Amino acid sequence: MENHESSDRAAPRRRVIEFLLGGGLFASFVSFVYPVLRYLVPPPVADLGGDEVVAAKVGDLKPNGSRIFRFGSRPGLLLMTAEGEYRALSAVCTHLSCTVQYRSDLRQIWCACHNGLYDLAGRNVSGPPPRPLELFQVHVRGDEIVVSRKREA
Amino acid sequence: MDTLRNSARCIAFCLPLFLFLCARPASAQTQNTCLECHGSLDPPLQVTAEQFARDIHAQKGLTCAACHGGDPTQLSMDAMSKSAGFRGKIQRNQIPELCGRCHADSEFMRKYDPSLRTDQLAQYKTSVHGQRLAHGDTRVAVCVDCHGVHDLRAVRDTRSKVNPLNVAETCSRCHSNAEYMKAYGIPTDQFFKYSTSVHHEAMVVRGDLSAPTCTTCHGNHGAAPPGVGSVKNVCSTCHVFQSQMFEKSSHKAAFQAAGLPGCVVCHSNHRVVHPSDAMLATGPGAVCSRCHNPGDKCDRATATLLRTLTGLDGAIKDADQELAVAESSGMEVSEARLAQDQARDSLTKARVTIHSFRKELVDQDIQAGLIIAAKNLQAGKDALRERDYRRVGLGVSVLAILIVLLGLRAYIRLIEQNPKSSSEVSS
Amino acid sequence: MRLLATARDWMDERFHWAELAAPLKKKTVPLHKLSPWYFLGGITLFLFGIQVCTGILLLLYYHPGANEAFESVQYIMTRVQFGWLVRSIHSWAANLMILSAFAHMFSVVFLRAYRKPRELTWVSGMLLLFLAMGFGFSGYLLPWNTLAFFATKVGTEITGQVPVVGHAMMVFLRGGEDVTGATLTRFFGFHVAVLPGITVLLVLVHLALVQYFGMSVPPGVEKRWEAHPAEARQMSFFPNFFLRELMAWYIALGVLGALAAILPWDLGTKADPFAPAPAGIRPEWYFMFMFQTLKKIPAKLWFVDGEVVGILVFGAAGALWLLLPFFDQVGRGRGRRFILGAGLFALSYILAMTAYGYLAK
Repeated sequence: MENHESSDRAAPRRRVIEFLLGGGLFASFVSFVYPVLRYLVPPPVADLGGDEVVAAKVGDLKPNGSRIFRFGSRPGLLLMTAEGEYRALSAVCTHLSCTVQYRSDLRQIWCACHNGLYDLAGRNVSGPPPRPLELFQVHVRGDEIVVSRKREA
Repeated sequence: MDTLRNSARCIAFCLPLFLFLCARPASAQTQNTCLECHGSLDPPLQVTAEQFARDIHAQKGLTCAACHGGDPTQLSMDAMSKSAGFRGKIQRNQIPELCGRCHADSEFMRKYDPSLRTDQLAQYKTSVHGQRLAHGDTRVAVCVDCHGVHDLRAVRDTRSKVNPLNVAETCSRCHSNAEYMKAYGIPTDQFFKYSTSVHHEAMVVRGDLSAPTCTTCHGNHGAAPPGVGSVKNVCSTCHVFQSQMFEKSSHKAAFQAAGLPGCVVCHSNHRVVHPSDAMLATGPGAVCSRCHNPGDKCDRATATLLRTLTGLDGAIKDADQELAVAESSGMEVSEARLAQDQARDSLTKARVTIHSFRKELVDQDIQAGLIIAAKNLQAGKDALRERDYRRVGLGVSVLAILIVLLGLRAYIRLIEQNPKSSSEVSS
Repeated sequence: MRLLATARDWMDERFHWAELAAPLKKKTVPLHKLSPWYFLGGITLFLFGIQVCTGILLLLYYHPGANEAFESVQYIMTRVQFGWLVRSIHSWAANLMILSAFAHMFSVVFLRAYRKPRELTWVSGMLLLFLAMGFGFSGYLLPWNTLAFFATKVGTEITGQVPVVGHAMMVFLRGGEDVTGATLTRFFGFHVAVLPGITVLLVLVHLALVQYFGMSVPPGVEKRWEAHPAEARQMSFFPNFFLRELMAWYIALGVLGALAAILPWDLGTKADPFAPAPAGIRPEWYFMFMFQTLKKIPAKLWFVDGEVVGILVFGAAGALWLLLPFFDQVGRGRGRRFILGAGLFALSYILAMTAYGYLAK
């Protein structure tokens, strides 16, 4: 494609244009490829899926202790019974959606808003709540306590 | 003689039929000839079969005779003979005893519904209504005024006049009637006030059956206003935390000494509206200033409490706003939004802790909330910064694209201006 | 440039590259006032390429499954580096691709490029358009948000109204009687395996046919050129037309980037099958004209269910549209004029009903 006729004026101009085009192509490729390369690198927070979350580490909870954790877009309650068993439930009260808490003195789950009480299996035993709390499954993986939703059939 | 022969014939004919019908489980088909005539009479004697079919007693197999006596199998006026036990219209002051004949007999009621209480008559006798009735006032409520008569529905039926959803309206039929209540000298604005309350909104608007209605606080059969000292007990049945705080606070002793009815002093009894932070200190809507003088120690303390509450409220709102701006520019901030719920929980807790009237307890909740709100505000700011970063990145790539486009255009012009390497090829 | 020349020579020694590429080098594009319309096919292909690339990237992080899909898309949008960009480009390019496909189809109708010998090019192209809409329908459900869930419910419900086979079709699409996690799995399989496989084959067929027959010249221009051969002009495909096409593709890239950064695609709220349907469920815009039509048909026409009539009419229209080129030679010019009229009617109908669907309450 080399043009030898009006070369004197054309050649530098051609080079400028080629440079411009080449540079632009290179820059645009970089602006496309850079995000893709960054995308391919997995983020530090691993995605376990909406079904599972690491609620705490072993040792975070003491017997008869509890903690609130985030599960999806709602709070969950992780507790360790006095016997050392882990339980996890939804922390959204079935009455008016206040966040419930574990009462170590009552050994039951209590909602401060209207005195609703649930037992450790989430059953609504006293007060206004009309339905039990949703129970989750708890597994200990290494030193992580993983809470997952009960698998639907 | 004729009557006797007629009756005998009737009984001879009806008895097998009647026995046959009795042998079947109790049903609305139990013969009830009263309705044959009374269905076509004018009120107040009118009771239609359709109406009576709605009655729970009819559904359980009882007939008019169960209350009014008489013979429900007779088609003639003999049905209403004294010899058949006919009682006619029951006097108002005899109604409770009449209903109690069955409803206070636990052995009898066990046959129909073992879980039904049988102490209603005893309770009624302790109520203001019952006591006034005993003294001869027949204008007070008796069983049929609230429960209905002839088409009386079970309480759990939502159409029943005494279903929790409808109780307030039933009570108001008398208690809001100024004319009717003139002789008693008590206010008649309770229902009006109650309909502006959060309890009414919960019960009637949201259908939350656990919300209180008249009978929740006043009792139903034993209806009487709670005493000044026991108001707190009534409220604390649900509002436990607030009540516990109040018990340990300075105000409990003060109110008791002054004979003030606890919760009602600040929150009212019927017009229980949603409390607001403005109830503290002075200013419109403030309740503290009803007792406390402006500028004294207590007033200054409440002013501080108000400041901390509004401070946290403001911080939460600021964070909300920032997150909303981030969201509308397309940034994803659902985690921070969830954390805002926690901040709001702290604010709710602080508003409950107010009832202890102790600044240090309130401050604990306030501080926790402020920390969370500050974090969320930061998250919103970060999101906006990320958005700007994206726009800069976009600008850079658009610039690169523009350069390419210009370059391509120039290159095309370049290779096409030379006739030798022209784009056009003659076909 | 030296490097390229060396690479070229290396390939040519082994694969006789130059011989294979020679016909491509000779390929020309007719040059006339309506030539810009030729770009639309290429743009559609380019956008499809973008979809494949961004789709593969999304596959690296997406979890199909009712409990996980929404959260995984949320994860992509918030945690993955530039995940927001990849996802928004994928969603926007999908819409732009279908728009471009429709524009390409209508330009072929009005420029009468479907005429003999290009009937099969038209048929393969129409099938590709149907596949593109299938891509859109199946892909829309994958984030498992409320709008998508209910739009899928309504859409598959309508399919179930087809007489005789409708119910079987609906159960096949839904993977059951209702829209559930099984539907999501199925749509995922369609979207990433079945449809891409069929589409790639059809695209190759379509391109091969286009290459074989060359670009069609509109009838008016063709007549003029036959009368005055000197006026006929052609442009070499390489490099001239290709460079112009590259410009068009770069503009598309810029538009996509701007859309993704300034108008990112919504995440919505997670679908809850037990919640009541929200007000204002609508399908995506490319189904809107059909949806609006079905809404407006009276409940009963004579003794037949109105919706069934609508579905059958659309089915028949689609089938006839697929066979459009075969009507061209019917009568003497009558078939041609009919097609032109039908094309104008279809275009205005689609535009009007789409606008109506959005402007109506």
